Amino acid sequence: MSQSPSSTIGIVGGTGLASQASPTEGQSSSFGAQSLPHHQPGYSLQPKVDAAGEVSSELLEIAMGPHHPSTHGVFRMDVVLDGERVVKLKPVFGYLHRNHEKIAENTSYLASMPYTDRLDYLCSMTNNWAYALAVEKLAGLKPTERAEYIRVITAELTRLLNHTCLIGFLVQDMGAMGTPLMYAFREREKILDLFESLSGARMMCNYMRFGGCRVDLPPGWLDQARAVVAGYPQFLDEFEALLSENEILLARSQGVGVLSRELAINASITGPMLRASGVNYDIRKVDKYGIYDRFDFRIPLGEHGDVFDRYMIRILEMRESIKILTQALKDIPEGPIVDPKAKLRGFRPKAGEAYGRIEAGKGELGFYLISDGSPNPYRYRVRPPSLINLTILEDMCLGTTIGDVMVILGSVDIVLGEVDR
Amino acid sequence: MLGTGIIKGMVETARNFVGSYTDEARLTTSEYPEEKLSPKENARTFPFLVFDTTDSAAGLRCVACQICEKECPPKCIYIEKSKTKKPDYTGKPQLFPAVFDIDISVCMSCQICVEVCPFDAIKMDQAFELSTSDRFGGLLLHKEDLAKPNDYYISIHPSEAREVDERLAAEKVKAEAKAKAEAAGSASEPKPAIAPTTKPAPAQPQTGASATPAPATT
Ligand code: SF4
Ligand code: SF4
Repeated sequence: MSQSPSSTIGIVGGTGLASQASPTEGQSSSFGAQSLPHHQPGYSLQPKVDAAGEVSSELLEIAMGPHHPSTHGVFRMDVVLDGERVVKLKPVFGYLHRNHEKIAENTSYLASMPYTDRLDYLCSMTNNWAYALAVEKLAGLKPTERAEYIRVITAELTRLLNHTCLIGFLVQDMGAMGTPLMYAFREREKILDLFESLSGARMMCNYMRFGGCRVDLPPGWLDQARAVVAGYPQFLDEFEALLSENEILLARSQGVGVLSRELAINASITGPMLRASGVNYDIRKVDKYGIYDRFDFRIPLGEHGDVFDRYMIRILEMRESIKILTQALKDIPEGPIVDPKAKLRGFRPKAGEAYGRIEAGKGELGFYLISDGSPNPYRYRVRPPSLINLTILEDMCLGTTIGDVMVILGSVDIVLGEVDR
Repeated sequence: MLGTGIIKGMVETARNFVGSYTDEARLTTSEYPEEKLSPKENARTFPFLVFDTTDSAAGLRCVACQICEKECPPKCIYIEKSKTKKPDYTGKPQLFPAVFDIDISVCMSCQICVEVCPFDAIKMDQAFELSTSDRFGGLLLHKEDLAKPNDYYISIHPSEAREVDERLAAEKVKAEAKAKAEAAGSASEPKPAIAPTTKPAPAQPQTGASATPAPATT
């Protein structure tokens, strides 16, 4: 599975750097020819040999992380290097494991809601929604009309802040120290302010409830939200002027970390990663969960599946999110905020199973629940997009230089709270 | 031409840099310890216990039903019921918590305790400068630390507190009417004996001055 893509990466990575490092060109092709025997999985741990058959270099094995500043949390990559090129990369997860699933199986359905905030801690609103959706399927509840709109609004705002921050982190990984990240955080702050005045907390919102939302919008909130949304395209234009044509960014991202369409599908990659590889799959369109069928928006698709496409997809998705937000903020009806049938305490869905999934900022976020009729779920399972998108990290990194590994990891968009659960 | 993209980006940076001297929208930082932003009305940090009147022990609304203790996800509330009873705001004798501890080093500010409390006894605070050098006891808040007057609640969450006050006042009116009807009907001794003593205790008009008259007339 991984053989052909990794060898193309080797070549593409080599040509991407050709202008500046022509000696590596010859090395990378000899590496490609010799260290990928047919019976072996994408890499070989044999050191390079020169023309005379003598070993000419040694492999270096290093652990990047768990406290590396660019690993976006506590995440380790055991990398084997031949010179500067990666011959093997093993992601090591689990430093942030906190037993989310088992805790949820031993507590009531409601009490898991605040824990879901802490999965992808940048996007608590979408986490809440995915969990609420699964429980609603299980219990046969239907969120009220107004709650559906609020969910779409908060989820799209979450997508905006997730993608904005991701781009900030990504260019930070490329070495743009601070400036773009601070601009991204300035915009994120506006959305966090909205979330704070709505739910009381900036990041750990704990806002959705089964059958609706916890509280109604405070007075004036919609106008504030409209103002933020109306100002966002201008920020995106500025952000793009700052980054999209920057030659350094182009050189560092184009042709780097190519993920082929086939591998992306086979490895069940979801979200912007998948769409950057050119696969038209967005759960908002596929499932039409909530009320997404009412909005007019398009799904941007990439062509090359490299880091630049993944960057661009996120910019374009933000523009589509703004469209959805504008429509939702215009149409939002008055009405009750929560299904009157929904009970806060003593909630016992009848025995059964349900899988609720949404298109979160990072990909398909799903919750799988089995109920045995007791107040606790019998089985509670999270399908975290970050973890599954991370599994092909090695395939994208083989043959690239160590400096590109950080950029590729940055473009995957992981949050370790979700990877490790 | 190579480099135009970088120059374009520099122009953008310059626009933001210069703009930060002239434009509020581009300078969004505030110098925190000197300059504090007023918290949003809905903002929440940790729970506190509401008491009516000025007596933090007698006016405590909590009846030690232990629902919040059971529902709190990380189980950071610890309650011991009292052996005796005290009258609540409607005059009904109720238990009260002999011990009510919240370990705010464990509390995750989810406010589920607030949502499930049927007596509007526990609410979310907005105080956030709570750091302490006492690692073990300092963040374990006891009943005395947690009890805060209703006036404080009104000052931090005005619109929410108004709703709560209206609801409680309506319930009180109902309970008084019922007690009166029972007293007139059976003339039993203990009930009217309790009702008058507790009437001044809740002192709703004092605390929710603007809010209480409205429900009283309805
Ligand atoms: S806010 Fe949440 S964690 Fe804290 S005491 Fe209340 S229920 Fe427990
Ligand atoms: S705070 Fe509320 S829920 Fe908790 S014990 Fe007191 S009355 Fe019961």
